[in-house]
Amino acid sequence: MDDLYRELIIERYKMPHHRGVLEPHDISYEDENPLCGDHIRVDLRVAEDGTITEAAFSGHGCAISQAAADLLMESILGKHLDEVKALGRQDILELLGFEELGPVRIKCALLPLKVLKAGVYGLGHHEFETLGEEL
Amino acid sequence: MATETYILDVARIRADFPILQREIRPGVRLIYLDSTATAQKPLAVIEAMDRYYRWSNANIHRGVHTLGEEATALYEAARQRVARFIRARKAREIVFTRNTTEAINLVAYAWGRSQLRTGDLIVLTEMEHHSNLVPWQILAAEKNIRLEFVPVTEAGYLDLETYEHLLDQSPRLVAFTHMSNVLGTINPVREMAEKAHRAGALVLVDGAQSVPHLRVDVQALGVDFLAFSAHKMLGPTGIGALYAREDLLEQMPPFLGGGDMIKKVMLRTFTPNDIPYKFEAGTPAIAEAVGLEAAVAYLEEVGMEAIEAHERGLIAYALERLATVPGLKIYGPVADHRGGVVSFSMEGVHPHDVAQLLDREGIAVRAGHHCAMPLHEKLGLTATTRASFYLYNTYEEVDRLVEALHKVRAIFE
Repeated sequence: MDDLYRELIIERYKMPHHRGVLEPHDISYEDENPLCGDHIRVDLRVAEDGTITEAAFSGHGCAISQAAADLLMESILGKHLDEVKALGRQDILELLGFEELGPVRIKCALLPLKVLKAGVYGLGHHEFETLGEEL
Repeated sequence: MATETYILDVARIRADFPILQREIRPGVRLIYLDSTATAQKPLAVIEAMDRYYRWSNANIHRGVHTLGEEATALYEAARQRVARFIRARKAREIVFTRNTTEAINLVAYAWGRSQLRTGDLIVLTEMEHHSNLVPWQILAAEKNIRLEFVPVTEAGYLDLETYEHLLDQSPRLVAFTHMSNVLGTINPVREMAEKAHRAGALVLVDGAQSVPHLRVDVQALGVDFLAFSAHKMLGPTGIGALYAREDLLEQMPPFLGGGDMIKKVMLRTFTPNDIPYKFEAGTPAIAEAVGLEAAVAYLEEVGMEAIEAHERGLIAYALERLATVPGLKIYGPVADHRGGVVSFSMEGVHPHDVAQLLDREGIAVRAGHHCAMPLHEKLGLTATTRASFYLYNTYEEVDRLVEALHKVRAIFE
């Protein structure tokens, strides 16, 4: 618990490396966590072979969700869309350096991945909700 | 540091609440500043419910055996105690519900569906909890009823001028909160009720925050419906109450159907029971009613006037001390017009992060929209952090909150 706000998280929250919007983009998706109103948008540029060449996030949220978004954007650069589809809860915890998160804060950490995957799958809202349960 | 003298014997009161002795982690004692969400429970309440289950447990209004008689007597004694507490004329004007939300839904369902017609107007306010918005939205969609809203001013008060203009449109019902769960604003119920009645409207007051903290007298205030929950007034979860004037209850059809709400049932029809039983279908929360009775007895013994005065002192001190934290924006009115609630935001720090970091210090506060999304939208926020006080909180705890907020500031700077 006590390392929840260590340097990496605070730094990425205050000075994210991948914050912004991409216009034009190949994939864009946004959604919010209804519990806290946190909002995240993810934009991607994708090469013809399905490799992600650029990634950016925007929106607002707590330090955990914003740091998770920034680290996630960084981690998917140069990856294939199929690799993104395989990402899960454990990958986010590893990126943030947490062994586990409580039931409330895990939702903050996973919001960027939910938005990213919904964008990559090209899903509508209904399927997106289902996806969230599986994460 | 705090030097205030106490109106209440807070040390003695604190000893009645076992949970306040808890350490959140070794050496870090709980500082509970979230009573607006739910209050902690004194031993008297916990033991009353325990005793009920160990000694008197039975279903009510049925068995003629000793336990059935005892349980029924305890349940009805709770109704009488609650009626006296809010100065209702009769115990039959108290309907037990699950909570404030269910009490308001009961009015929307039973009164609203039977009494309102297409085009009728209900006046609400922008500072309502979702529980005093959504039931009316559902009713409005179903019966084609209009909803209008009294705006909230920059300073956190209801705009009473607009309220009067809305009354000119002859609403059937005016429904508003006695005390805002976000801003702490105490609304002028008596004045608003008087004006509403003059315009021919009935008055429903959401008393979820006021009944636990202020002396509420339904006759002096002139309200027609009052909804409140036990769990915010030292009692258990799972029980709340609706006060409604006897003649209104008489004209309302039943809410839920089932056992206990009937006099006679045939295969195709039924005759409803007398009030208030007509609105209490199925086996109710009996042990919880016993707990609520104990909670009211506890509050009465301490004295509502003393509790209110204690909280006024605490909130005035908190507002003064919080103003010293850099980058902290405080919402709501001055101390004289608010209860023991303060919502704030810290520049550049998300409310969830504030709450989580305060938890490290053992301080429990609420972060989020506090079930008042429209109000937050009006304030231009998605969420705030909220500290709230009750009879067991101390000036020292306010100091600890302020110190912890300085620490949060330092982490994010």
